[in-house]
Amino acid sequence: MTAMDTSPAPSLDAVGLGAPASGFGHRSRGRAVRNQVARAVMWTAFAIAMVPLAWILWSVVSKGGQMLFGSSWWTNSQRGITNRVVGGGAVHAIQGTLIQGLVTGLIAVPIGVMTAIYLVEFGRGRLAKAVSFMVDILTGIPSIVAALFIYAVWVTTFGFQRVAFAVCLALVLLMIPVVVRSTEEMLKLVPNELREAAYALGVPKWKTIMRVVLPTAFAGIITGILLGLARVMGETAPLLILGPYTKNIATNLFGGLMPTLPTMINQDRTEVLQPAVDRVWGAAATLILIILVLNVAGRLIARFGKLKS
Amino acid sequence: MPSITGVSTVDELPDPEGHGPLQGDGASTGRLGDRLFGGAARGAGLLVIALVTLIAVFLLSQALPALAKNKVNFLTSTKWNVDGTPLQFGIANLLWVTVLSSAIAMLIAVPFGVGVALFITQYAPRWLSRPAASLVDLLAAVPSIVYGLWGLQVFGPHIGGVQAVLEKLFGWFPLFKSTGIGAASTILTVAVVLSIMVLPIVTALSRDVFDQTPITHKEGALALGATKWEMIRTAVLPFGKPGVISASMLGLGRALGETVAVMIILSALADGASWSWSMFNGGETFASKIANNAAEFDSPQKAGAFLAAGLVLFLLTFVVNAIARIVIERRKAFSE
Repeated sequence: MTAMDTSPAPSLDAVGLGAPASGFGHRSRGRAVRNQVARAVMWTAFAIAMVPLAWILWSVVSKGGQMLFGSSWWTNSQRGITNRVVGGGAVHAIQGTLIQGLVTGLIAVPIGVMTAIYLVEFGRGRLAKAVSFMVDILTGIPSIVAALFIYAVWVTTFGFQRVAFAVCLALVLLMIPVVVRSTEEMLKLVPNELREAAYALGVPKWKTIMRVVLPTAFAGIITGILLGLARVMGETAPLLILGPYTKNIATNLFGGLMPTLPTMINQDRTEVLQPAVDRVWGAAATLILIILVLNVAGRLIARFGKLKS
Repeated sequence: MPSITGVSTVDELPDPEGHGPLQGDGASTGRLGDRLFGGAARGAGLLVIALVTLIAVFLLSQALPALAKNKVNFLTSTKWNVDGTPLQFGIANLLWVTVLSSAIAMLIAVPFGVGVALFITQYAPRWLSRPAASLVDLLAAVPSIVYGLWGLQVFGPHIGGVQAVLEKLFGWFPLFKSTGIGAASTILTVAVVLSIMVLPIVTALSRDVFDQTPITHKEGALALGATKWEMIRTAVLPFGKPGVISASMLGLGRALGETVAVMIILSALADGASWSWSMFNGGETFASKIANNAAEFDSPQKAGAFLAAGLVLFLLTFVVNAIARIVIERRKAFSE
């Protein structure tokens, strides 16, 4: 195949003669075939990429979907229920997952949003570069490393127990970069004319940010937060290290064990008895449902609250 | 999608008037409110720097005592005995399994990711391209424990046939040697599942850069008589190459650090199992080793050994991610 830079440039003569002389040579059969093959390959790549998605969703729904319609699933815990017995619910784990997500969000969102504001509105020079680089590094930190760090601080150094709050701290590390990056992107989309108009009216910078910039970017920031929550709620590694499972309802962040959906799955994943297997897939279906709701909500907000430019 | 890749490409697009976002403290009035607010924002930024620094410091400071007591070579030994008195732990096999599974995963995910990104940006009809992108992003939303469960119980058993064929054809080569581990729990299965998990990362960033190919490049190629594929090869792919490289690096970072899916699928070998290069073997990655033993961190010495493994993983992902950033930063520098 001739490439653009190796073939002769089209001359005026050739154009005048009407010959298809171009950087790409004659439109031969081979080129047309290759073009069609490429098209087919791209379509196939997409089709194949959809197979695992459909397959995973189908597995989870077909194996665990019916649990979600059980009478006790959303109301009972697993207290006193053994793996031979059908029944019980996942409310303890659902509660735990939601509480930890909420607490994580409460800590991570202010830090993340302020960091993004710093990067977009204030940041300049080497410090801003360093912050941006560190956010990148934080994005790439494996969840197990974040968990080990919190373990090293919380348990080894301070001698505290493994409690739900420690899990939240590990999740905060994972959520901050998601919030920073999405907020940053949204703040950059806010038209500069809005800021300049506010300054021209004598509004101080902080008030401009709070009253003009943030409200304009609000929908996008919420989207980022919801997607960040979806990510941390599905995390399991920090829970393995810092948040042991229990079958009972527990809401104390600073004492005792707090069950969550990922640890509920992990607890019984090697079981072979049908009631326990059903509950594992039921918990998986519940977890995916919660995360899908967060994702879809985030995307809808992003679509309908889009900046009008 | 910065929520998936952590990379924002917005700042590369100049706004219609040609100036970027207002930067710096130029607009500050120096009043108390401004100083407080600016201080809080700067504080948040400093906190992020402090956190990353602390992660490195804490991992290092608690891994060092255990490393000092270690009686075997940390990098080349395959022993892992952290209970007994001669403390022995080495990461050779952890490193091999981690690198092998991630490398195979990337071999699958990068071509597919690029293909899907090209499909979404160049080939899909207008009505399909946005839903298609959302569907691929959805793959990133599936929790890793669900990937693990699915990989072991649903997908794994189906890979046995492929594995048998590979063993038969290439069994003479150490990489494809049969080991007698069930097909569902081999490094190969893990690699395939990892490739599905990193596909949305590779796709999301590649898609962003392909989308930014200057329209003049594309129209230029088409005007010269290029077919669509030739246009992609001569205009879109060269323009997007740095983006694809960084996307692959980010995906690799994710694959190296993936914990729970690997822990569930891969069958851990008994300590002292003989060394094997095979991709049909079991084993443990850094992350799955730590997760498998999470319940046993009862002494500082034991925890130290696992923290040392965690430290290596941290350094590994740090380097890979840093490369990804450098590549994309350089691209920015060139395109300005």
